[in-house]
Amino acid sequence: MRETLGVAWRDLVLPAKVPDLEVPTSIAAMGACARFSLRLPSAQARAVDQAGGFALSGGVNSAITSGGSISARLGPDEWLLIGPEEQGDALSQAIEVDLDGRFFSLVDVSHRNAAIAVAGREARAVLNAGIALDLDDAAFPPGSATRTLLGKAEIVLIRPGAECVYWVECWRSFAAYVHGFLMEAAREFGPHR
Amino acid sequence: MAPTTVAQPYRFAKGGRIDRTRPVHFLFNGRTIAGFAGDSVASALLANGVHLVGRSFKYHRPRGILSHGVDEPNALLDVSRGPGRRDPNNRATMVEATDGLVTRSQNHWPSLKRDIWAVNDLLAPIIVAGFYYKTFKWPRTFWHRLYEPAIRAAAGLGLAPTEDDPDRYVHRHAHCDVLVIGSGPAGLAAALAASGSGKRVIVADEQAELGGTLLHDASSTIDGESAEAWLAGALAMLRAQRNVTLLPRTTAFGYYNHNHIAMVERLVDHPAPGSTALPRERLWQVRAKQVVLATGAHERPLAFADNDRPGIMMAESIRVFLNRYAVAPGRRIVFATSGASAYQAAADAKAAGLDVTMVDTRPEAGCGVQSARLRALGIEVLTGHTVLGSVGRMKVRGLIVAPRDATDRIGSRRTIACDAVGLSGGWTPAVHLFSQSRGKPVYRDDIDAFVPGTSVQAERSAGAAKGTYDLAAALAEGWRAGAEAAGLDGTRSFAVSPPTRTGFTPARKLPTDVDASRVRAFIDFQNDVAAKDVELAVREGFESVEHVKRYTTTGMATDQGKTSNMAALGLVSDALGRPVPQVGTTTFRPPYTPVSFGAIVGQARDALFDPIRTTPLHDWAVAQGAVFEPVGLWRRARFFPKRGEDMHAAVARECRAVRSAVGIFDASTLGKIEVVGPDAAEFMNRIYTNAWAKLEPGRCRYGLMLKEDGFIFDDGVVARLARDRFHVTTTTGGAARVLAHMEDYLQTEWSNLQVYLTSVTEQWSVIAVQGPRARAVIAPLVSGMDLSQEAFPHMAVRIGKICGVPTRLFRVAFTGELGYEVNVSADHARAVWEAVYESGRTFGITPYGTEAMHVLRAERGFIVVGQDTDGTVTPEDAGLAAMIAKTKPDFVGKRSLMRPDMVAADRKQLVGLATQVPQLVLDEGAQIVADPRAPIPMKMLGHVTSSYWSTACGHSIALALVSGGCARLGQTLYATTPTGFAAVRVVEPVFFDRHGERVNGDFAHA
Amino acid sequence: MLLVNCPYCGARPEIEFRCGGEAHIARPVQPSALDDEAWAEHLYFRTNPKGTHAERWLHVHGCGRWFNALRDTVSDAFTASYTMGEQRPDAGKEGE
Repeated sequence: MRETLGVAWRDLVLPAKVPDLEVPTSIAAMGACARFSLRLPSAQARAVDQAGGFALSGGVNSAITSGGSISARLGPDEWLLIGPEEQGDALSQAIEVDLDGRFFSLVDVSHRNAAIAVAGREARAVLNAGIALDLDDAAFPPGSATRTLLGKAEIVLIRPGAECVYWVECWRSFAAYVHGFLMEAAREFGPHR
Repeated sequence: MAPTTVAQPYRFAKGGRIDRTRPVHFLFNGRTIAGFAGDSVASALLANGVHLVGRSFKYHRPRGILSHGVDEPNALLDVSRGPGRRDPNNRATMVEATDGLVTRSQNHWPSLKRDIWAVNDLLAPIIVAGFYYKTFKWPRTFWHRLYEPAIRAAAGLGLAPTEDDPDRYVHRHAHCDVLVIGSGPAGLAAALAASGSGKRVIVADEQAELGGTLLHDASSTIDGESAEAWLAGALAMLRAQRNVTLLPRTTAFGYYNHNHIAMVERLVDHPAPGSTALPRERLWQVRAKQVVLATGAHERPLAFADNDRPGIMMAESIRVFLNRYAVAPGRRIVFATSGASAYQAAADAKAAGLDVTMVDTRPEAGCGVQSARLRALGIEVLTGHTVLGSVGRMKVRGLIVAPRDATDRIGSRRTIACDAVGLSGGWTPAVHLFSQSRGKPVYRDDIDAFVPGTSVQAERSAGAAKGTYDLAAALAEGWRAGAEAAGLDGTRSFAVSPPTRTGFTPARKLPTDVDASRVRAFIDFQNDVAAKDVELAVREGFESVEHVKRYTTTGMATDQGKTSNMAALGLVSDALGRPVPQVGTTTFRPPYTPVSFGAIVGQARDALFDPIRTTPLHDWAVAQGAVFEPVGLWRRARFFPKRGEDMHAAVARECRAVRSAVGIFDASTLGKIEVVGPDAAEFMNRIYTNAWAKLEPGRCRYGLMLKEDGFIFDDGVVARLARDRFHVTTTTGGAARVLAHMEDYLQTEWSNLQVYLTSVTEQWSVIAVQGPRARAVIAPLVSGMDLSQEAFPHMAVRIGKICGVPTRLFRVAFTGELGYEVNVSADHARAVWEAVYESGRTFGITPYGTEAMHVLRAERGFIVVGQDTDGTVTPEDAGLAAMIAKTKPDFVGKRSLMRPDMVAADRKQLVGLATQVPQLVLDEGAQIVADPRAPIPMKMLGHVTSSYWSTACGHSIALALVSGGCARLGQTLYATTPTGFAAVRVVEPVFFDRHGERVNGDFAHA
Repeated sequence: MLLVNCPYCGARPEIEFRCGGEAHIARPVQPSALDDEAWAEHLYFRTNPKGTHAERWLHVHGCGRWFNALRDTVSDAFTASYTMGEQRPDAGKEGE
C-alpha cells in the first residue's frame, strides 16, 4: 500500500485487509494507526482519569475502547494508545495538554508496530498455537489487553470487544513472522480469507 | 464362533469393535495384510496368523507381539505412510491399521526369518550383562573406530529417517479446571463427576477409542448395563457437554511443574479423509488446576526359560485381541499365571470356542473359587505348577510345565501343545506421571506394587493406577477423584457384576529343575535382559537399582521397562535380601512414551523456525542484488555486488565511494531508546561512563556503558533532543539487553528518578549518508534545517523535515567521513531512501553494506562492542580511558575499574597490527604469540578481533587484543595463519585519517 | 514450565519472565567507600539456599516490571510475590 504523504509515501509492513467474521478464522493485517506509548505514574493516572480522550481509568491488562481509539494498559504505569492515523498530531497535543505539569513520557510509536486482527470462532485456537495464556472468556474477557509471547515473538494482545476479534500488535520486523505463524496455525480450520 | 474369512484366518465372524464394512490393507515385510477399520497393526497381523514381527535387540531372537498397548517391547516396526513419512520403532499395538501403510520389521539381516546376527543367540553365554564394558576396553583407540560402529550395526532398533518430513505439526496451549488422563472406568467416572460442575474438563487417552479396559470387557455389567452399553452412555453424556473436551489418540507424556502437562495428539495417522490441512500431530501444553491420573496398570510377564517365543503374550492382551478386535491369537491357548485376572481371559477364550488350558503357579488352595469355575467350563486347570520352558522357534509350539510343591521341588515335566500362551505375573500400576509430578511412589506389600504416595502437585490418582483393580471400586474411586478435583462433594457407588477377581502371588522367576544360572528367563524383552543378568549385576556389586539398570540396560529404550521394572526390582530385592521398598524404584522421566521430534518442533521450522527481522529497506536491497548476513535475528545487507564482482571487489568499491564521494547505508537495526523525564540527564550520568549534564540540547555524544563488573557492555551515539529527552542509540545486537539493563537499574535501584524508557528501535529507520558529498546529497531534500557547518556541526542533531516527513537528523560519522544519519518514521523510510538515492546519483552515490561499514570504521580504529570486546575488556583496555568522567562520583561499573586486576599492566589491550606482508589479511580470531619457535603449548598473548583489507591504506589492517599491548608498540609479534605464522608489527589502532579531519568533508573546501 | 505470580498481572507462564537472581542485594549508595573485598562480595557472592529463596523476577514479556518472589528451591513452589521496595514477607525467618 502506498499513500502519498508530503513527498514521501507511507509503506506499511503488511498490506491491510478487512477482517471477515463469517469464516472460522480470518487473519487480516490492519491499516495504519497512530500509536503512542504513554508512561505515567499510576497515582497520576488516577488523578487525571483520561488524556486526549484516552481513558486511563482501567486496571492493568485492560483495554478501553471509545470511538476509533483503544487505550490498552500494559503495566501499572504504561499504556499503549491507538487512534486513527490522521489524528496522530492532534491526539499527541491533546494528551500533552491534559497531562501538562505532571511527570509523564509520551513517545510516538505509530510506525514501530504492525497490527493483525484475528477473528472468527476458531480465533482462540489459532492464537493458542503460540500464546500460553488462557483466552477463555472468564480469563481474558472483552476489554482485556496484555503483552505476551506468540511463539518466539513478543506481541500485545488486545480483545477490544465482545466479538471473537483479537488484535495482535507486534514490532514491525516481527510482523512477517507473526503473520506467517497465525496463517500456519489457522490452516487446519479450512479456507480463510 | 469360528474364524471364517480366508484372508484373515484368525478373525472371528462377528463381535469386536472393528468395522467390518471398512476393510483396510497394508503391507508387512512386503506381504499384504487385510484388516478392518478399528484394527491396530498388531491385531491385523494376528488376524492373519502373523506372530513373528521382530528380532531382539542383542541376541536377535525371534520375537512376537507381547502386549496390546504402549508397553509393547517387541513389536517395533518401521512404518511408512508415503514418501518422507517413514519412521522407525513404532509399536505395532499402537499403530492404527490404515490403507497403504508399509510396515517392516527391524533389526535383522538379510530377513526376518533368516537373520545372520542370530549367531549372537548362540554366543549368549558370553554376551552377558556388562559384556561390552568388559570386553571392548582395549586398545582404547579401537572403541571409536572399530568396536562402537560394529556393535551399533549389529544391535539396535530401527533406522532414523533421512528425508524431510512433509507433515505439519502444531502446538496448542490449553487451560482447564480438571484434566483427566486415561479414559478407562476410573477416568470416565472422574470425568462424569467433574463435568457436572460446569467447569472445564479435558479427558485425554492414548488409545484411538476412549474406554480403556471397558473396550474389551465382555463379562461385566455396570448398574445393570453391559460394560459396552455403559461406556457408550457415558461417552454420549460427556460429548453432550460444552465444558468437556475429549481427546482420544492423545498421550500425556510429561507432568511438569505447577500442573503443566505435555500431551501429544495424533491427528492424521488414522484415517481422516479430506483433512490434508490437518497437522499430523499436535503437542498440547495443558495448564490444569487439578489433574486426575487414571492411567491404569501394566501386566507383568512370567520369567521362565524361553519365555520370549512368538505367540507368548500377556494374558490380558489375549483378552483384548479376542474381545475388542475379534481376533484369536491362537487356537490352542495355554494361560500361565500367578494371579486371578488371567482366569477371565481364559474364560473369554473358551467362550470364543478356543482350546484352553490354565497353568497356575499358586497352590490349589490359593486359587479360591476361580479354578473350580474354569473347570466347570471344561478347562483343564493345573494349579501348583511351574513353567520350565517353551518349545518352538519362530512360533511357540508348546509349554513345558511341571508340578511344584511348597519347597519348590519340581515334579515330572509335561509339554502342553499350543500355538499361543498367555502370561500373567500380576499388575504394575502406571505411576509414571505421578512420579514425574515429583510424587514419591510407595510400596504396597499386599499388591506387590508401588502406588502413588502423597501428592506434591494438585493431582490425585484413581483406579488401577492407584492399585485399585476392582471395577466397582475403580469406578467409585474415579468418581470421587473427579468430584473432588472439581470442588464438588459427593461419592457414588456403582453396582458391578460379577465382582472383579484380583490378587496375585508375586513370582520373580519361576522355579526350575535345571541349573538356574544357565536359564535365560527374560524379564526385559526389549533389551534382552534375563533374570540371571540382574542377579549377575548384583553379584558384581551393583546394589543400587539405578546402577543395575544402567549396567544391564533393563528398563531402557522405547518401552522404558513398563513390563519389566517390577521384575528387576524384585530380583534385586531377592538377591540382596532386602525388602522391595528399601531397594526403591528407578526414576520415571518424561516422556512416558516416545514423542516425535516433529511434535516437539511444532510450527518452528523453515520460515517459522525463528523470526527473521528485516528493515523497511530490505526489499530495496534485495532488488539491488545485495548479499545478506544474519546479525542476531536481523538480516542485514552485507555488500552489493555488481555483475562479476566478488565480495572483495564489491567491498573495495563501496569503501572507495564513501571515502571519495558518498555512500548510503541502512543503519535501521541500531537499537534506539527514548529516555524521557526531568531526571533523564542524571540517569544518563549514572548509566554511562561519561558526563551528560552539560550536553546541550541539539548535540550528540558518543556514550560508553559498562556493567557493574567494569567491563564494556555497549556503546553508541546519544542525542539530547531536549533538556528532558535523550535519543539513545545502541549496537544492533545490544538493543534489548541495554534497555533491560537500564530498566533494571531504574526500577530496582533508582526508583526515585523521574525517568521513563521507551524502545523506538523500530519507530525510526536510519539512513546513513556518508562521504564528502553527503551534505550536497541531502541538502535539496531537507526543510526547516540549516545544514551549514556553523549551524549544524559534527555531532549535532536537528529536528526538521526530509521529503516532507519528520526527521531526526544526526550529523555523525562512524566511517570517519562527513556523514548524516537520517532518522525517519519506518513507513516513510523506503520513500526517503529512494529520494536520497536519486539525489545522490549525480555524485555517484553507492549503497554499501555491513562489510564496508566494518572496514571503514576499523580504518578509523572505531571498535565494535562484541567483536573487539568480549565481556572482559575495560575502557582502558579498549583505549577509551578518556570516556571515563573522572569527576563523577559514581556510575555503573566505576568501582570495579579500581580493582587490582582491572589495572594490571599485562591486561589484554586493543592495538593495531600491521602485517609484514602488506597483502596478508589475518584471520579474525588468529592467536598472537611472541616467539613462534617456542615449544608447544606456547604462551598466547592475545588474538585478532577485526581484520580487513583496506583500500584506503593499500594494505591489510587488523585490530587485536594483546597482553600488555600498549607497551608493545613497535614490537614484532606473530599471528597464527592456516599454514603457520605471520610476522606483525604492533601499531596504534588507527590506520587512516589519524587526526579525524575528514568529518568536515566538503565544508573544508566549500 | 513454572507458573509465576506477577504482583501486577497475576499468574503467568514462566516464558514471559526472566529470573534475576537473588533479591534484596541493594547497590551500595557509595561504592567508592567499599574496599575491594566488600565490593567483590557485593558483585559476585550470592547465597544458594536449599529451601525458601528470595529472587528478583522481571515480567519482561508482560508488564515489564521487576518484582521479588519467594520460591522454594527444592519444590519450585512460590509462596509470595511482592513489589520492589516491599519488605520480604517472611523477614526474619530466612533460611528456615
